[in-house]
Amino acid sequence: MSGVLRDAVWAALDTVLDPELDEPITSLEFVKSCTVSADGVATVRLRLPTFFCSPNFSWLMVADAHDAVSAVPGVTRVDVALEDHFVSEVINQGVAARAGFVAAFPGEAVAELDDLRATFFRKAALAGQERVARPLVNSGVGPDELAALRLGQVPRSQDLDRLRARRAEVGLPCGDDAPLLLHPEGEPVTAAQVPLHLRRARLTGVSIEANGGTCRDLLAQRYAATS
Amino acid sequence: MYEKDGEKYFIVDEHQHFWNARPDNWVEGRENLAKGWIDCFYGYHTLGPPETHWEMEKYQRWTIEDYGHDVFDEGHVDFAVLQSTYLKHWYTEGFNTVERNRQVADAYPGKVIVNGRWDPREGEEGWRRFEADHKKYNFQGVKLYTAEWIGDSRGYKIDQPEAREFLKRTQALGIKNVHLHKGPTIWPLDKDAFNIDDVDHAATDFPEMNFIVEHVGLPRIEDFCYTAVQEPNVYAGLSVVIGAHMYARPKFFAKVMGELLFWVGEDRIVFGSDYGIWEPKWQVEGFIDWQMPDDEAFSDYPRLTTAAKKKIMGLNSAKLYDLEVPVECQLPAPGTTADEQKQPGEDLATDLAGAQA
Repeated sequence: MSGVLRDAVWAALDTVLDPELDEPITSLEFVKSCTVSADGVATVRLRLPTFFCSPNFSWLMVADAHDAVSAVPGVTRVDVALEDHFVSEVINQGVAARAGFVAAFPGEAVAELDDLRATFFRKAALAGQERVARPLVNSGVGPDELAALRLGQVPRSQDLDRLRARRAEVGLPCGDDAPLLLHPEGEPVTAAQVPLHLRRARLTGVSIEANGGTCRDLLAQRYAATS
Repeated sequence: MYEKDGEKYFIVDEHQHFWNARPDNWVEGRENLAKGWIDCFYGYHTLGPPETHWEMEKYQRWTIEDYGHDVFDEGHVDFAVLQSTYLKHWYTEGFNTVERNRQVADAYPGKVIVNGRWDPREGEEGWRRFEADHKKYNFQGVKLYTAEWIGDSRGYKIDQPEAREFLKRTQALGIKNVHLHKGPTIWPLDKDAFNIDDVDHAATDFPEMNFIVEHVGLPRIEDFCYTAVQEPNVYAGLSVVIGAHMYARPKFFAKVMGELLFWVGEDRIVFGSDYGIWEPKWQVEGFIDWQMPDDEAFSDYPRLTTAAKKKIMGLNSAKLYDLEVPVECQLPAPGTTADEQKQPGEDLATDLAGAQA
């Protein structure tokens, strides 16, 4: 097995997010195994916290993992599969055949999942603003200054990088001259709106975070015996 | 009644089950779904304190005596509301039907309310069954399980015309409490399955009814809070909120409680243990001992007063179900205590909430 290629495949999986939880499937421990054979065949097995996790998000992760691993130079064939889920078979076959979500679930879905993904990236972009703004608020920056603040004026941080990345994914301004605070659809936030806006952003963050925590706990319990 | 530090609490557990998920109740050919369902529940069960965990055999089906012990003898509960959930797609006689839950009510007269259930996809025939049940049991509430699988359907929304019609008829029968499980409605599959817009519409259209959103819309707490801010007849049901978080994720639990207290307010939050997912005892004792952490990160969340705990643990539900509360557990008349908190709507109405954010 090629160690370098395996590392590259793992790095590719690092870029695949659970859009609902805004975290990579690797740190969520949704990747049960990842191996690469001498002739470049990458085999990835995914697992989720419950048997009934939503099929749409499950599909997004399997399809994104398939695409990310396929793009790694040196990988000759990709075998990504989801285990222990009530629609494992449908998802695995659909993704492998590149059939698309609608074709895989005839009669149960009429649209592909891009809008759904965008909805959750938009939520992540909202929650991210509060994480970036919180230290500033704590150090005494007030609503007027916050409303006028541009991304380029904010100290560099992981949270800032992540906020820029999520905005880029949904087409919201993410350059140095973009406002730090934006409503979900991209309108600027006025000074008077700042306090409630930050409350809303925090609420969204709490929702994402609490769900991530529960998913992690359920996964740990479900696979306690095997891991 | 539960007493702690000289304070007396009237405990109403507004969300309980008495299910049968043993293999003898699994639909042939759908054993994987029936097993997957109860295994998934068991995963949640293990998020409670280890000393409260049950063996899988008891978890799949327990006895009426176990119920009395866990809920009334040990669990401090004065009044329980059993929510009926059918799931006949994979449980032959149903998961916990009205008939099954009535066994408990009959064993503990005057202490248990059993809620009915209808499903708009079952049409007039289903409605007639509900009406007959109501005649027999005189329901005060219904539990609507929008995630139920029926035939090829994977769920419904309560703002669909058929569901609105049934809501109208339910109100006409004098039933005012509608408990909604806002969990995974997984149809249509390409949408956000946890979206709660349908509750928003129904709550606006039926202002005389109370909509108790179980699990506060988890995993969409933010959508739930925005709905509750606008709709005064929407309530936060704490089932799963306490059970899955208070022990396993205390910091997250504090944040969720902080958000609920800020957006929804202490008058519209109601306690539910979700028994048998978890026993009420540790939830009641833990919640009454609980307080917002002192860390700076929680400093701008409302504090939980004793009066608020009394409301959440029983008085709010007692109002919904017209229960008589013993005098020693009642609160003084409004306006006579110093620790009353301003309700969130007052701030939000002027869009100035969180001026200290």
